[in-house]
Amino acid sequence: MAPVGKSYPPVLYAVGREKIKEYARAVGETDPRHLDHEAARAAGYADVVAPPMFAVVYCSQAIGQAYFDPELEIDFARLVHGGQEFKWGPLVVAGDEITTVVSVKAIEHRAGNGFFTFESVATNQDGHTVSVGTWTNIVRGA
Amino acid sequence: MIMDFEPGAELPDLKVTPDRYLTVRYAGASGDFNPIHIDEDFAKQVGLPGRILHGLWTMAQVARAHTEVAGGPHALKRLSVGFRGMGVLEEEVVVSAKVSTVDEDGTVHVDSAALQSGNAIVRRGDADLRP
Repeated sequence: MAPVGKSYPPVLYAVGREKIKEYARAVGETDPRHLDHEAARAAGYADVVAPPMFAVVYCSQAIGQAYFDPELEIDFARLVHGGQEFKWGPLVVAGDEITTVVSVKAIEHRAGNGFFTFESVATNQDGHTVSVGTWTNIVRGA
Repeated sequence: MIMDFEPGAELPDLKVTPDRYLTVRYAGASGDFNPIHIDEDFAKQVGLPGRILHGLWTMAQVARAHTEVAGGPHALKRLSVGFRGMGVLEEEVVVSAKVSTVDEDGTVHVDSAALQSGNAIVRRGDADLRP
């Protein structure tokens, strides 16, 4: 039976200033709050601010546990990222420590395709939920 | 917020052309080193036309289309997208977004899509912006 509800061990990610800047440049951010820690401080933040989609970086190792879980038998050659949702709470800034827990939310088989939905819940060092992600993946039928 | 959000209002299009090495930089920045994004030979071997964009990079462009007009990253409360087809390098990506409804508390709901040569590579974009 498919392990819906299964959750994986929490993964801690320490958010680095240069990592935020590297990510912000790669996605073309122009807002100095992502790129310049002095500008971020002048705007009232402790350090550079992570763009919202930086969630994929701090969730990466945690979500990888689900994708590579042998119990799920995901065939990577047929895997397609079908959809993605994030809900965001307080902004993440350099220096934060984010703990992410990933769980299996749903597994369905329809028309020969497998649908795997994972959830990530990421919490900062103050106990605030900074993001909840829903990761929808399709394993196309043979 | 920078612009007035009224139902039906279109956000300014965000246009960006991923250069030849974008997927290499994004792989390093994001940690997603799937070879379909960075190895031309591998991509072709698995039946793709060549290296393809990371869907989550394209989603980040959709996110940016919102945050840039809503005053910053804090404004984006939720974003949901569906991925469709594949994005390619060296071809302009255009993110179009339009306000659908505005709640009484000021939360703005925005529909969006990201297109390349008229094909939606991200569709069903659906965002909530904080008032």
